[in-house]
Amino acid sequence: MIRPHRTHPLWLAYFLHRLSGLVLALFLPLHFYVISLALTQPERLDGFLRWTEMPVVKLAEVGLVFLLAVHIFGGLRLMALEFLPWSGRQKTLAASALAVSFFVSLTFFLRAV
Amino acid sequence: MVTEKENLDVFVWRGLAETGRFERYEVPAQDSQTILDVVSWIQQNLDATLAYRFACRVGMCGSCAMMVNGEPRWTCRTHVRKVLRGNQLKIAPLRNLPVIRDLATDMDPFFDKWVAAEGHHHPTRTRDDAIEALDPQSPERRAANAGIECINCAVCYAACDTVANNPDFLGPAALQRAWTVHNDARDGDQPAILEAVSGKGGCHNCHSQGSCAQYCPNDLNPMTAIAGLKRASVKSFFKRER
Repeated sequence: MIRPHRTHPLWLAYFLHRLSGLVLALFLPLHFYVISLALTQPERLDGFLRWTEMPVVKLAEVGLVFLLAVHIFGGLRLMALEFLPWSGRQKTLAASALAVSFFVSLTFFLRAV
Repeated sequence: MVTEKENLDVFVWRGLAETGRFERYEVPAQDSQTILDVVSWIQQNLDATLAYRFACRVGMCGSCAMMVNGEPRWTCRTHVRKVLRGNQLKIAPLRNLPVIRDLATDMDPFFDKWVAAEGHHHPTRTRDDAIEALDPQSPERRAANAGIECINCAVCYAACDTVANNPDFLGPAALQRAWTVHNDARDGDQPAILEAVSGKGGCHNCHSQGSCAQYCPNDLNPMTAIAGLKRASVKSFFKRER
């Protein structure tokens, strides 16, 4: 369980940023490997792309888009925090990053179905 | 809501950090009771050997901070009814500091880091010079004023996960003090401050989790100060000052 001193929005924003970064780091090597199939084994790539049309894989992609979006917008908030003049509305900004990420991944989902 | 007749179930950390354990005490509930009242009642009525620290009882001295139900708090200004879970209280020594015994922690690492962050005045004048006039409205003075109400209670230090994971990290209070001194027009060695806070364990280790600001009993925001130090040290780096 999350310990009591961590149950506040900015700690959760930190955790989400770490978690999304970790999952994306695990995803990227796989991603590059699949892209490399275009050069080495085109027929296997075609088979893989057919597999990605399955609904459950599409759904996983929505999750991936969400993680990517939340890492980008959350990261932009952190860079603004460190390099732009201070804004006291960090909780609002973190919530906005989350909201935009939901919007982006939902848009991706609606285009996929 | 507890009535006056009920007893509180209070679990208090006894002993050292490794070999200690929580012991259960029954303490009569009262109106307007603070956590420090509860701890003092145990020490005065149940076990005189309970070690804990306090001085002013009114939120000025910063010596009575403890972990209450897993959260760092100044116990003299924390009302029991605000933090009671069911009828239970769990009181432990401050996190991230060595435990001397029971609820008393060794504050030396906390204050040593205060000094290591150059969080002290670097004078430019002697007592023979005239007093320097300050503009209270200047942005630097406002930034300095934002942090001067710190009472060194170490609540932010105990709340910080970066301190927990990196023993070298100077911590929110020391860095906020460094930022305050850095913004003081009377201070004579800003490069020394930036040097002290931008190295190993310095401001760039902060992950901006914001627990310091969340728990500061005086509503200060050390995260603001640390972000200021980050900007100042980066600016200084690109200007090739350091």
